[in-house]
Amino acid sequence: MRVAVVGAGPAGVRAVEALVAAGLTPVWIDEAPDGGGRIYQRPPPGLLRDPGKLYGFEAGPATALHAALDALKPRTDWRPETLVWHLRPGAQRLSTLHRGRQAELAYDAAILCTGAMDRVIPIPGWTWPGVTTLGAAQIALKTQGCGIGRRVVFLGTGPLLWLVAYQYAKAGAQVAAVLDTTPFATKAMAAPGLLRGGTTFAKGLYYTAWLRARGVRIAEGITPLAIEGTAHGVTGVAWRDSAGRTHHVDCDATGMGWGLKPEAQLADLAAVPFRFDAQQHNWVPQRDAAGRTPVPGIYLAGDGAGIGGAEVAEIAGARAALALLEDSGHRVDAAQVTRLDARLARQARFRTALERAFPFPAALARAMADDTILCRCEGLRAGELRAAARAEAATGPAPEVNRAKAFTRVGMGRCQGRICGAAAAEILAAELGRDVAEVGRLRGQPPVKPIPIAPAAEAA
Amino acid sequence: MKLVRLRDDARPRIALTLEGARIEAQQGDTLLTALLAAGAGYLRESEFEDGPRAGFCLMGACQDCWVTVVGRGRVRACATLAEPGMEVSRG
Ligand SMILES: Cc1cc2nc3c(=O)[nH]c(=O)nc-3n(C[C@H](O)[C@H](O)[C@H](O)COP(=O)(O)OP(=O)(O)OC[C@H]3O[C@@H](n4cnc5c(N)ncnc54)[C@H](O)[C@@H]3O)c2cc1C
Ligand code: FES
Repeated sequence: MRVAVVGAGPAGVRAVEALVAAGLTPVWIDEAPDGGGRIYQRPPPGLLRDPGKLYGFEAGPATALHAALDALKPRTDWRPETLVWHLRPGAQRLSTLHRGRQAELAYDAAILCTGAMDRVIPIPGWTWPGVTTLGAAQIALKTQGCGIGRRVVFLGTGPLLWLVAYQYAKAGAQVAAVLDTTPFATKAMAAPGLLRGGTTFAKGLYYTAWLRARGVRIAEGITPLAIEGTAHGVTGVAWRDSAGRTHHVDCDATGMGWGLKPEAQLADLAAVPFRFDAQQHNWVPQRDAAGRTPVPGIYLAGDGAGIGGAEVAEIAGARAALALLEDSGHRVDAAQVTRLDARLARQARFRTALERAFPFPAALARAMADDTILCRCEGLRAGELRAAARAEAATGPAPEVNRAKAFTRVGMGRCQGRICGAAAAEILAAELGRDVAEVGRLRGQPPVKPIPIAPAAEAA
Repeated sequence: MKLVRLRDDARPRIALTLEGARIEAQQGDTLLTALLAAGAGYLRESEFEDGPRAGFCLMGACQDCWVTVVGRGRVRACATLAEPGMEVSRG
């Protein structure tokens, strides 16, 4: 049986491990030069790889995952630096690109472990050089030993906000401020549920306390007003506190993000139906608890199937592989299945509390000023989307995001709406007086990332 | 945007060029790191005249870090390792 696994993060590694244990030799593909995924991403050769320094409290799991990864590579058809840019479920084929060369790959079953990326809300000034996502700020430090600036403001909400601020301060950067859009009270209310998460919650408290103890400026329940800057870069951040007072802090870089969203374009191309998950406030591909989708032969695991974090990704990867094995007539260890299912259920309860602690501030996106750049690929401003929505509503059928895309080019740029999609949907929903779930989501298109023209044409 | 080297910054040096001017980088740098740590400030101009850009996601998703390398064409600076002698131009 030809099995393909896309992604070599926590989910992909544990999926491949279970497949290999059952005697299969999957094709294993990752766009990155090495495995590890986002949380356990390895620096390129030439940089030091001291797990304690790179991964902090996560050094143990990181080392274990890397060991599994390296042991599995020779037992699979391992293809790093290879992008899967298309997936055709009818033909059961993947289209790949490796160093400019394109290939087609037939599969009987595929496990997609494609991970997540930062969810962002555009605010004035967010395209200045020196503004990055929170994840990007972490990647710069973890894989390049660099800070995005000398004096950095971290802005947004979620566990990554506090983690990255802590990692920067520890590495010797000056953290000018941590600005959390979530009020303290919201987090406090979720605390009892968060305790179920054990060490994850404890780590979060530790980072916050550590930053406070070092006198880092912290503000919660804030409304960001602008990232100030010039063509030469960022100069400061302005915000409003919950009492309505405005504040300003000088900085030369800003990392921002509001939680994560699945990188689910391949699942979309595979024709897996999506649903709006109100708790996560994300569109997620449909799957059962084991990772089976309604599309035969397509399985999903990890953050690409809905945000769950690294620990869940490892369990879900193994579980999806067992589902695939079960469905294809292999004998699987029932006790192992039960154990994995119990761990997934426990983690799901913790996740509910975490989402309550750091809710996506939809109101912030909805209130975006008309002249704020919404789509950074196309230079499109929020007001242009609003105007298009109004015009469409007056004349045509009920608008949704894909129609808005055709009229305004929102989400049509080189990133395919990965960056602006969440905020664009909020603006459209607000303008039309609808629920965000009703305006739909930007559909994925091949190639999932820009590739040289020739390979795309050949496969068409 | 100026990337600041905070650790592991004593790696072997490599030289490349940006718009013909020599830039010193370190082995293991991505092109984005090489340019922005050396003081290039930005990587491309937005086609929509809303200013310079210097990358945003650093994970190959936003496509805001495109630069051109002689012999390779357009690449994402965040996902391409710097190599000695590379001739790079913005956008
Ligand atoms: C930038 C960033 C930093 C993060 N840091 C932390 C952290 O410090 N701590 C924490 O707890 N969580 C962190 N997270 C959350 C993270 O998503 C999970 O912890 C965990 O990495 C999820 O594992 P995964 O296996 O589902 O996906 P990932 O680890 O994201 O792995 C997905 C892999 O799939 C590959 N891939 C995706 N699409 C394709 C394609 N089309 N073709 C080929 N390959 C593809 C990617 O290159 C990647 O290696 C971070 C997330 C991001 C985006
Ligand atoms: S910075 Fe986003 S693709 Fe390179």
